[in-house]
Amino acid sequence: MNPALDSKVQNTVRADSNWNTLLEVSAKEVFQIMLHNELKNLPNADELNVSGDVTAMVGLAGALCGVMTIRCESHTAERIAGRMLGSVGAVSPNDVPDAIAEVCNMVAGNFKAKISSLAENCMLSVPTVIRGNDYEMVTVGDGEHIRVGFSYDSAPIWFCLAIHS
Amino acid sequence: MKRPRILIVDDSSVMRKIVERSLHQAGLEIGDVVEAGNGVEALAAVKEAPFDLILSDINMPAMDGLEFLRQLATVESGKGTPVIMVTTEGSESRVVEALSIGAKGYIRKPFTADQIKERVSPLLEVLR
Repeated sequence: MNPALDSKVQNTVRADSNWNTLLEVSAKEVFQIMLHNELKNLPNADELNVSGDVTAMVGLAGALCGVMTIRCESHTAERIAGRMLGSVGAVSPNDVPDAIAEVCNMVAGNFKAKISSLAENCMLSVPTVIRGNDYEMVTVGDGEHIRVGFSYDSAPIWFCLAIHS
Repeated sequence: MKRPRILIVDDSSVMRKIVERSLHQAGLEIGDVVEAGNGVEALAAVKEAPFDLILSDINMPAMDGLEFLRQLATVESGKGTPVIMVTTEGSESRVVEALSIGAKGYIRKPFTADQIKERVSPLLEVLR
């Protein structure tokens, strides 16, 4: 076997049962520190569908391959942007995708920093933002999916990690 | 005393504004703040006029923060300018790399104004 490939296979990190909690904590910390706001757990999150017309995504590559996404409605994204910028009134339309992308980036970075085997061996891509509702995200292969739902200003916001096997 | 001129480099304009606001919230007396969206823009700004301090992200398109650090050392108006990396990058090896090529410190996002003050203050004190 190719030694480089062998070491790559050995270094692949598998999802752990506590990753749900780590994703939850990572998201809450980012909101606490950067927005001075608490994310509240969404009641019956498991029974709800992930929805929203704004999605930010950051790719992970290396010991863990996957995509971290945040999805919410545009009015929630606007409130998040306003809160991050300390704005009282409306925020610039350009700042909204930028803010939600940066939140996704920080949550992904915070999450991987909490897993020692990932901190050193996993790279993040620059974020991408999608507008619109009418799409479905499909994980190729036998990937796993972790999702946590919160309520932010009484509206749902979803954090998902799709892991490629 | 002249207030320090600061360059903030990040591909997110929201993050550039947050870093600038944090500098003010930290009570630091700063002068002009110039923004750049990547290493290429940052180098162009440095060539135009020198800065007293640079705060730079690592992961950016066009030219990342590590390449910017390398190139900065070759620019006359950039030599010796203290640079602090402000990034989501949690990889110790990339931090060590940044420090080995001249970065004076490292702040991980998410950050508080106090963390900005802790890193930036000593570098601005030197300028006094």
